[in-house]
Amino acid sequence: MEFSTFLVQCLNAVQYGLLLFLVASGLTLIFGIMGVINLAHGSFYMLGAYLAYALAPLFGGQFLLQMAAGVVLSVVFGFLLEWVFFSYLYQRDHLQQVLMTYSLILVFEEMRSILAGNDVHGVKLPEWLSGAVALGDLMKYPVYNLFASATCIVVALGLYYVVNRTRLGMMIRAGASNRDMVRGLGINIRLLYRIVFAAGVALAALAGMIAAPVTSVYPGMGGQILIICFVVVVIGGIGSISGALIAALLVGLVDTFGKVLFAQFSGLSVYLLMALILIWRPQGLKSKGY
Amino acid sequence: MHTKFTALAAAGLLCSGIAHAQTAPIKVGLMLPATGTYANLGEMIENGFKLYVGEQGGKLAGREIRYFKVDDESDPAKATDNVNKLIKRDQVDVLVGTVHSGVALAMAKVARETNTLLIVPNAGADVITGAMCAKNVFRTSFTNWQPAYAMGVVAARNGHKKAMTITWNYAAGNESAKGFVEGFEKGGGKVTQNLTLAFPNVEFQALLTEIAAQKPDAVYAFFAGGGAVKFVKDYVAAGLNKTIPLYGAGFLTDGTIEAQGAAAQGLSTTLHYADNLNTPRDNAFRLNFAKTYKTNADVYAVQGYDAAQLLEAGLKAAGGDIKNRDQVIAGMASTQVDSPRGKFTLSAAHNPVQDIYLRQVKGNINELKGVAIKALADPAKGCKM
Amino acid sequence: MNIPLAAAGLHQPLPPSKTRLLPLVILLAACLLPMLLSEYALDLVVKIIIYAIFALSLELLVGTTGLISLGHAAFFGIAAYVTALLVPGSGPGAILLMLPAAMLGAGCYALFVGALSLRTQGVYFIMVTLAFAQMAFFIFHDTGIGGGSDGIYLSSRPAFSLAGIALVDLELPRHFFFFALGSLAAAYLLLAAIQRSRFGRALAGIRTNEQRMRAAGYRTYGYKLAAFVIAGMLAGLAGFLMAARTGVVNPELLSWHESGAVLLMIILGGLGSLRGAVLGAAAFILLKEFYSSEAIFAGFAQHWQLSLGLTMILFVAFLPHGLIGLSRQRIWNRKQSPAAQGGAHV
Repeated sequence: MEFSTFLVQCLNAVQYGLLLFLVASGLTLIFGIMGVINLAHGSFYMLGAYLAYALAPLFGGQFLLQMAAGVVLSVVFGFLLEWVFFSYLYQRDHLQQVLMTYSLILVFEEMRSILAGNDVHGVKLPEWLSGAVALGDLMKYPVYNLFASATCIVVALGLYYVVNRTRLGMMIRAGASNRDMVRGLGINIRLLYRIVFAAGVALAALAGMIAAPVTSVYPGMGGQILIICFVVVVIGGIGSISGALIAALLVGLVDTFGKVLFAQFSGLSVYLLMALILIWRPQGLKSKGY
Repeated sequence: MHTKFTALAAAGLLCSGIAHAQTAPIKVGLMLPATGTYANLGEMIENGFKLYVGEQGGKLAGREIRYFKVDDESDPAKATDNVNKLIKRDQVDVLVGTVHSGVALAMAKVARETNTLLIVPNAGADVITGAMCAKNVFRTSFTNWQPAYAMGVVAARNGHKKAMTITWNYAAGNESAKGFVEGFEKGGGKVTQNLTLAFPNVEFQALLTEIAAQKPDAVYAFFAGGGAVKFVKDYVAAGLNKTIPLYGAGFLTDGTIEAQGAAAQGLSTTLHYADNLNTPRDNAFRLNFAKTYKTNADVYAVQGYDAAQLLEAGLKAAGGDIKNRDQVIAGMASTQVDSPRGKFTLSAAHNPVQDIYLRQVKGNINELKGVAIKALADPAKGCKM
Repeated sequence: MNIPLAAAGLHQPLPPSKTRLLPLVILLAACLLPMLLSEYALDLVVKIIIYAIFALSLELLVGTTGLISLGHAAFFGIAAYVTALLVPGSGPGAILLMLPAAMLGAGCYALFVGALSLRTQGVYFIMVTLAFAQMAFFIFHDTGIGGGSDGIYLSSRPAFSLAGIALVDLELPRHFFFFALGSLAAAYLLLAAIQRSRFGRALAGIRTNEQRMRAAGYRTYGYKLAAFVIAGMLAGLAGFLMAARTGVVNPELLSWHESGAVLLMIILGGLGSLRGAVLGAAAFILLKEFYSSEAIFAGFAQHWQLSLGLTMILFVAFLPHGLIGLSRQRIWNRKQSPAAQGGAHV
């Protein structure tokens, strides 16, 4: 492989990895703080993608506005979902959580089928994002992919800032370490959980919105990303956001180069990576702290 | 003793039933996707089939048709159970389906085991009229090989020497790629690499980078539906269409031109149908279809339409008696179907022997450019009939 | 927050002595079914039997040992594929060869997955088993081993022949029915024996409190791995039967939806009970038939997953002891707590 091709593939890998990070960070937050294993997390990603498809005609070409609206809608949805359903899961054991969130996936998939049909949909891009940038004389790289990566980086930095530099972040980190103590200190743990959950939903939905023009919107997209995110969280360590970032980039690299170098085994490569990490460190790369 | 009793009972029922059977409606089991990626195709096939029956006054060879439907969800895992619903539960006389090759394979297997008459109105898996061919299995669509082989011949004729193929890693994609390789290498070219990605993945960037790095003379792509839309757009966005011409099986641009927009213009594809054949038969069909269903017909509708024609041919040969299986099959196998795509006959393996057209995207349609290969028959490898 | 299953009160005590012969009675009654049911209905019963074996195998893991595996379908599917790949070019294959090979194949993968996943605990374990099942899924989906995403079909079903005469020919529906029924009985007896053995008691101890078992000197990793492999092999038995039944195998047999479904089955029936596993499999499949029946639900039948999903959510929420618990008159105590405290707690 020539060096220029290698660099472009790295670019592809990083873009995919950053997208995975957005979804995985939500998953690891929800588990780390609330102790809820949420199999329906992939459905939020799908929700974001379908939102992008559904909102497009309403917002014309106002892409940024459309994304903002989508984020707001998903936060509201997350709030409601936590209030109506997830808050009942905190006290239950993992098996019940697994079963109820798995059944929730079935419900979401069918709701999607009823509301949005089963066709594959493309999401059009606004003019200013539709171009391509020449990378030497090898090929042109879509501007949108660069935009997607940039957005993910901005969100990641925002997440870092919130978690490490704000009071809310402090409460989140405290709640992850010792839930009861936090409650004992008089902090409204219920509201905290609701905020964290809504944030997790929004992160996944945002990832879906960003990915939609690249991956298209199709049934089953939630399930695919969920399992890869599980791998990311296992490799990175549950509850660790920085671990999720490193793991996501690693998975992106392995997956992208796997697709090019061993086409037939590319699906396996990510799981082999996970198996190797498990042999070396069963608790993940960064299992404690943020 | 058990069997003697059953035989007597059966004889009695048969005698009373024969008089009834001649006027009873023929049960047609439609196993098509009503949900999922191919739902639209399933609908078009069904509409095409029903359009022909409607044109004959609701009856085929004087017999009324009663429909039974099962949604196969394009899921091969549920295929056997779904087929059994039609064959064992509803006890249909004829089975019509489906779109997805994996599901059709399971259907063909069960049809062979239960000796049920099966007409495949789309699934192109070569093996259905190849190694798995059977007297009671017919197809009115194509084999994945046919349009691909034709495209390979055309590409070689255009002077290209080095090519790459790219497709999804499933039966239809792999067979299509193989067909192209065969046609291309027959014309003196060489295919250097066959790129694949998992179905229905549409993240092509890594593979497009690979194509750009290798710089072949031409690229052959097999994708359908949403994947086809995305691929063509991505290919053009990467600027590859300026230096490396893109060829494809017709599905790359069938039903997808509007979504692909400017990116599809000028794309050459091969298929057994084109949007502007402009023959009296095709014009009448398209007009009738548009009037009845308020949408334009496509290749899938034609295939469904022809499935009904084929069934009628068989029924006419047997005087309307669907139970007279041998006559029905003889009638179907020897008929010439007056299809909107042009008249075609069936090969010995019961697959259409048909003209493959060369088309080019112009504006909103696949414009007919000529005939790539006339009366192309699938080699039906492994068929022992 | 992970309340161990036993403390959560989800476990059933041993069945009351009055009903101890019930499984035998049902078995004998089942023998009459081929004469009473239509071909389609008998086929459905066979499907239930196969999934009952599959559910029983998972019961050993989740119910007895407390290991929540979300990747159990991998062993089911691998055995099915081994069966399909071992079909000879001409003539029926030998059950005596294909069945053990299928179970062995499943067992080997179970050994590999178990060895690695059992190094993790709790939620990690759940995620890791899921991931390894996906790995197996992709092996069959992407590579040329199976027929890719379309799967492969079996050109003949296996048989057991002596001196050229087929004593058990799985092509015949009657033979298949009784073979499957016999397998179910064998699996049930095996698991009942395990539950009452020292090994089984050790597993129950591990489920209740692993720390204590380790303190008592048990090498829990070994016990868990053994249970994992046995469960995998039993799932392999179900996989063999599934391949022989449908005559076609397909990567979807290894999908996580299959794993999720079998987990739902044992909860539906009632965790910790062998009868529950069988009952759950039957109930799940019949519910699915019911919800997807166009005769009853017309257009909505295509959305059966919605009905099923909602049913399961309600079930897990309000009847965590499953159908068996219902029949044993166990009323699940609900601590009345204000809504702000969150949901009920067992």
